[in-house]
Amino acid sequence: MEVIEKLVRYLQYPFVRYAIIVAVLVALCSSLLGVTLVLKRFSYIGDGLSHVAFGAMAVATILKLTNNMLLILPVTIAAAILLLRKGNNARIKGDAAIAMISVGALAFGYLVMNIFSTSSNLSGDVCSTLFGATSILTLNTKEVILCIVLSVLVVLIFILFYNKIFAVTFDEDFSKASGVNANAYNLLIAVVIAIIIVLAMNLVGSLLISALVIFPALSAMRLFKNFKSVTIFSAIISVVCALMGLLISILAETPIGSTIVAVDVAGFFVCWVIGKFKGGR
Amino acid sequence: MALLKAENLTLGYDNQAIISDLNFEINAGDYLCIVGENGSGKSTLMKTLLHLQNAYGGNIIFGDGLTKKEIGYLPQQTQVQRDFPASVWEIVLSGCQSRSGLRPFYSREEKKLAMESIERMGIGHLKGRCYRELSGGQQQRVLLARALCATRKLILLDEPVAGLDPIVTAEMYSVIKELNDEGITIIMISHDISAALKYATHILHIGEKVFFGTKSSYLESPMGRMFVGEEV
Repeated sequence: MEVIEKLVRYLQYPFVRYAIIVAVLVALCSSLLGVTLVLKRFSYIGDGLSHVAFGAMAVATILKLTNNMLLILPVTIAAAILLLRKGNNARIKGDAAIAMISVGALAFGYLVMNIFSTSSNLSGDVCSTLFGATSILTLNTKEVILCIVLSVLVVLIFILFYNKIFAVTFDEDFSKASGVNANAYNLLIAVVIAIIIVLAMNLVGSLLISALVIFPALSAMRLFKNFKSVTIFSAIISVVCALMGLLISILAETPIGSTIVAVDVAGFFVCWVIGKFKGGR
Repeated sequence: MALLKAENLTLGYDNQAIISDLNFEINAGDYLCIVGENGSGKSTLMKTLLHLQNAYGGNIIFGDGLTKKEIGYLPQQTQVQRDFPASVWEIVLSGCQSRSGLRPFYSREEKKLAMESIERMGIGHLKGRCYRELSGGQQQRVLLARALCATRKLILLDEPVAGLDPIVTAEMYSVIKELNDEGITIIMISHDISAALKYATHILHIGEKVFFGTKSSYLESPMGRMFVGEEV
């Protein structure tokens, strides 16, 4: 009872309601392309991009931009396009390019924050950018609206291009051979990934974003064997895990990002066990 | 006018040409087998014909009103596909993607076409099954059904019987032959020279020396005699 009372009290605060809205939207978006990313062996691109987003955020912070997103979003999209082109041209070199850009951006971001920061609590700032910490509880109305707009955009693009994304993910060569502009769709996927990563930064911080993208997809793949079911189930499990994680972290006063990811990991193990148990269906 | 014509084609990979000045042409209804040793550039040639990679020189000319959107392709299986969660229906339907253009969803006609292709390949009972759980022969039929959604004119097959047992291999060859009899032009890479000679109308042998011609002229050529003799 005490728990529910506490929850009801918290829900009266607008920032908690904002946090819940954002958590649901981010979880939904991040799970949609997870299947594609995992299957196309693009998981590492998500990871690399989140570091780029961190670097961009550091720069935006020291420039004291009123809206960080205006810098972070274009930079991350540009990096996504760059990484994808590299990856297409030469596999091994592309791998190294991603490591280069991602670690470089991470180091640069920290360096910039260290040199120019006027904040008295530098390590706290860095930690909250990397692990999300409490930033989701400090969102203002504008940021929430931007998040809603971007989420709607992502979901809309995903639904409209669902069949193409499936085709290009399953067999890029066949698509190209039958005259489909697969490169354009790859580009689209990269841009959407970049948007998702920027969105997800608020929720779990840049180091944990990959978890949000990959775990729901992997969980769903334990249980389902066609693309549509996998996609729908990963969206559901992602939203459920994010909500549970958020509520647990509010009630138990644990860090939000890592709590959500911990719930995602737990969800994966549950799915894995069920999958093993019934031999998968 | 030939359906597809290669003119002084030079191709290779990693900036290294492996075949130069290749000339051949295929007419509608032909069944061309591409043979040659491993590493002679068979797959590279196929990828170049499909515009998956650029030729280093020369031209590939489509005739008879063939467009890029009317080519079916049966690639070698990739690692990604082996653990891909997709149903047979989803995969076959994705063969219609070049028809649907920018339209986001498949039309009723496209779904009907996909269903017909599935029935044509005799895998109607597998429609709802997961692709990765099928046998090798069934998987190839799924991919062939997908190719049929993309084209009624030309199908390129890259080692379609690799890894299949002898009975399934024979079935696969006869299915391909039936498609050819229905008027679909076939270009196939094969390791299996005896099957190539059994079904093909034309042979393209690439390697240090190149031969292109009808099957009977291949059998009479010194190159063909040597290669066939080796195998038998």
